[in-house]
Amino acid sequence: MSRIGVFVCHCGENIGRTVDCGKVALESGKLQNVAISIDYKYMCSSPGQELIKNSIREHGLDGVVVAACSPRMHEKTFRGACAQAALNPYLCEMANIREHCSWVHDDKEAATAKAMDIVRSLVAKTVRNEKLFPIKIPVTKRALVIGGGVGGIQTALDIANSGHEVILIDKSPSIGGRMAALSETFPTLDCSQCILTPKMVDVAQHSKIKLVTYAELESVEGFVGNFKVKIRQKARYVDPIKCTGCGLCSQKCPVKNIASEFDEGLGMRRAIYTPFPQAIPNRPVIDKNNCTKLKTGKCGVCQKICQVGAINYEDKDQIVEYEVGAIVVATGLRALETREIYPEYGQGRHKDIITAMQFERLASASGPTLGVIKRPSDGKVPEKIVFIQCAGSRDSNAGYPYCSKICCMYTAKHAMLYKHKVHDGKAFVFYMDIRACGKNYEEFVRRGIEEDETSYLRGRVAKIYEENGQLVVNGIDTLSGEKMSIKADMVVLATAMSAQLESVHLAQLLGISYDQNNFYSELHPKLNPVDTATAGIFLAGSCAGPRDIPDTVASAGAVAAKVGGLFSKELLEREPIVACTKSFSNMNTCSGCFSCLQACPYGAIEQEIIVDKKQQQKKMVAKVNQGLCQGCGSCVSICRAGCLDLKGFSDEQMYESIIGMGGS
Amino acid sequence: MQESIPSQKIKIFAFVCNWCTYAGADLAGTARMHYAADVRIIRHTCTGRIDPLFLIKAFENGADAVIVSGCHPNDCHYNEGNYLARRRWAVVRKLFAFMGIDDKRIHFSWVSAAEGAKWAQLVNDVAAKVAQLGPMKYLDSCEVDL
Repeated sequence: MSRIGVFVCHCGENIGRTVDCGKVALESGKLQNVAISIDYKYMCSSPGQELIKNSIREHGLDGVVVAACSPRMHEKTFRGACAQAALNPYLCEMANIREHCSWVHDDKEAATAKAMDIVRSLVAKTVRNEKLFPIKIPVTKRALVIGGGVGGIQTALDIANSGHEVILIDKSPSIGGRMAALSETFPTLDCSQCILTPKMVDVAQHSKIKLVTYAELESVEGFVGNFKVKIRQKARYVDPIKCTGCGLCSQKCPVKNIASEFDEGLGMRRAIYTPFPQAIPNRPVIDKNNCTKLKTGKCGVCQKICQVGAINYEDKDQIVEYEVGAIVVATGLRALETREIYPEYGQGRHKDIITAMQFERLASASGPTLGVIKRPSDGKVPEKIVFIQCAGSRDSNAGYPYCSKICCMYTAKHAMLYKHKVHDGKAFVFYMDIRACGKNYEEFVRRGIEEDETSYLRGRVAKIYEENGQLVVNGIDTLSGEKMSIKADMVVLATAMSAQLESVHLAQLLGISYDQNNFYSELHPKLNPVDTATAGIFLAGSCAGPRDIPDTVASAGAVAAKVGGLFSKELLEREPIVACTKSFSNMNTCSGCFSCLQACPYGAIEQEIIVDKKQQQKKMVAKVNQGLCQGCGSCVSICRAGCLDLKGFSDEQMYESIIGMGGS
Repeated sequence: MQESIPSQKIKIFAFVCNWCTYAGADLAGTARMHYAADVRIIRHTCTGRIDPLFLIKAFENGADAVIVSGCHPNDCHYNEGNYLARRRWAVVRKLFAFMGIDDKRIHFSWVSAAEGAKWAQLVNDVAAKVAQLGPMKYLDSCEVDL
C-alpha cells in the first residue's frame, strides 16, 4: 500500500477554466493508494512547492503526482521540491492536464473526465515507481570543433582561451572557410583576409588547439562528456613536419590546369598546391585525382625538387581516434553555383554570368585577376554590371523557400566595390525586397545608392541571353510597371545559400536533427539557439541557417560559453533512465538470443558468460552496460524472455498506467 | 467514482515517444489548437520501447482505438528506435486483424516536435473514424476461430 499525494494545479485560469480542478482533486482523493489530494492556484509558485513539501513531511508520502503542465516544462521543478523534502525525486510524476488537456479542449465536462483519467493513470504508474539515483559520469574536458571557417575558428579560440583543449578539424587543406575567400566585408568594407588571418595564426599557435586539416569525421560513439570520435586524416602525400612550406613543388608541378576551388573556378592551381597564400597550415597537399605520378606512376617532379624530402607518394588515409566531451558543428553553408540556377539564367552556359562568390574572388586583391574586375570570357573590364538578388532564394519552386539573409548586403557591397574600381561603370541591382536589418546595414545600402549611384530596380529578371558579346537582361520594374531590357557586360547572381551537400550525412553520424532545408535544428529556436537536442553537441554559425559574419561570431561565443559550462564540472549527472535486467542476473531467464544486442543502437548490450562449477561455459546471457545505455528501451520490448526492463518506464509502470488510464 | 464523472464514450489511447510526438502534442497545446477530447496520451521514451502487448492491454482496458506515433524516419532521438517500431508495426497489424480488431482502430504516424497542427489533425481524423465505428466490443467477445 502506497501513500501518494496528488496535487492539482489550476495554473491561474489556464487549467481551471476548462478543467474542474476541485472535482479532480476530490475524485483523486478517493483513488486507492492516494493519501492526500489538494488543488491550488499555482503549484509551481513558492507557496505551491511548500505545500507539496509540507504534505510529504506531514503525511509521510512515498509518491507525488503533480497534475499541472507538461513534464517538459516543470518536471525538474517538482522533482527538485520533492528532493528538498527528502523524497527521492524519481518518485514524483507529472500528469499533463494543461498542454494535453485544458488548452486543447472546450467542453469542461469532457476535459475534466480526461484530466481525471490522466491523473488516475499517473497515480497507478507512480505506485510502481522506484527510487532512482542519477548516474554520475566523468567529463572529458576536450572539445571537437568540426569546420574551420570563421565560426569554427572563433569557437576553438574561445574554448581554448577558457583553458580547455580543442581539436579543430576541416575537410579542406587549410582553415579559413568561406570568409578567407571574401574580398571586403560589409558594412565597414574592411578587408576580409586582414581581419581573419590573424585569427587563423592564433589557432595555429595556440597551445590548447590541435589543428587537423584535410580531415573528415568518420564516426561518433558515446554521449555527452564521453564521445569517442574517429577522424579520417586524408592522405596529404606531403609530410607536414618535414615540409617548410617553400612552395617550390607547387611552382614546378607540370599539371597546371586544375580549376581552383578557392578561386571558384576562375583561377588555376597545380596538382600539388596550397589553396591560398595565407593558408594555415601553410603546407601543400597532392590532389590524388589529378597527380600524374599517383595516377600513372610517371613524373615525380615534386619529389625530385623537394630539398627536405617531404613528398611521400605512399601516404595513406589514416583513422585517428580522439576522446572528447563536447562536439561543435561549424560546417557552414554552400552557395549554389550558376548551373544550379534557373534555365532562363543560362545555367552556367554563359561565362560572364557569375555567382556572387566568383565576384568576391574577382574583387579580391589575392584573386585570379589581382583585384581587377575582368570579364571571365575575354578579360575586358565590364562597363555595365547587372546584379540579380534572390537567384533561387525565396522561391519554393526552386526548392529554397527561405531568405538567404546575407545577399542584400553583399550585393550592395559588390556594386560599391565595382564602382570604387571602375569609376565610370554602371551597376544595376534587381531585387525583391531590401532586407538590411543589422547595425549600420541600412545606412550601408543607402550609401551605395547615394554616393556610388547604384541603380536599384524592384522586380524579377525573366531571361538573360547573349547578343553580340553582351548579355541582354530582360526584366520588369514592378514599381513603374515598365519592361526593362539592359545590355550588360557581366551579370552577377546572388545565388541561394543552401546547406552543405554532406549535411544530412553528418547529422546522421552525430545523431542530430535537421530541418526540411537540411540545416541543423536548434533545441529551441529562441531560447536554445546553439544547442541541439543531443546533449553535448552544439551548433555554431551557418550550419543552422544562413548567417552573416557578426551573427556567426556571436553564435561561436555562445557555444564556447555552453561548452565552458559543461566542462566546469568534474562529474556530469545523467538521468537514470536506463535499461536493466529484471532480476539481479539474467542467468536463468535469458535465452541468449541476443535480439537486444541487434536492437541496441549504442552497443550497450554485453555478452556475459555463465560458467558451471568446473568453469566450463554453460551459456551466454545479455547484460546491460548502463554507462553506454541511453534509455530508449528498444531492447526491453524486443526481449522474448521478458527479462529486460527500463528504469522509470518499466513494464509494470506502463501496464499500470494503461490500466489506470482505462479507468478500471 | 465512475458514476460521478461520466467517462467519454470513445477512448483513443495514444502511445507516443517523449522526444517528437509528446513534444508535438505539447506544441499543439501551447498554440491552443483544439482537437477531439477522446485521446489519452501515454508517454514512452521511444516508439521502439512500445511493446505490442501495451496495445492489447489498452484494448483490454477500454480503448476503442490506438495511435502509435514517434519521430520521423532518420530523426529518432535514439537513432533507430522508430525503425524498430515501424517493422514491428507491420507484424502487429496482421496480428490485430487476426484478433478481429478493425484496421481503422489502429493508427501509426510520424509527428515531429514541430508538428503541433499535424498532431491535432491526426487525433481529429482518428476520432472521426472511430466515431463511425462506435465503441469497441470487449476482446473476449471477439469471435476468433482458432
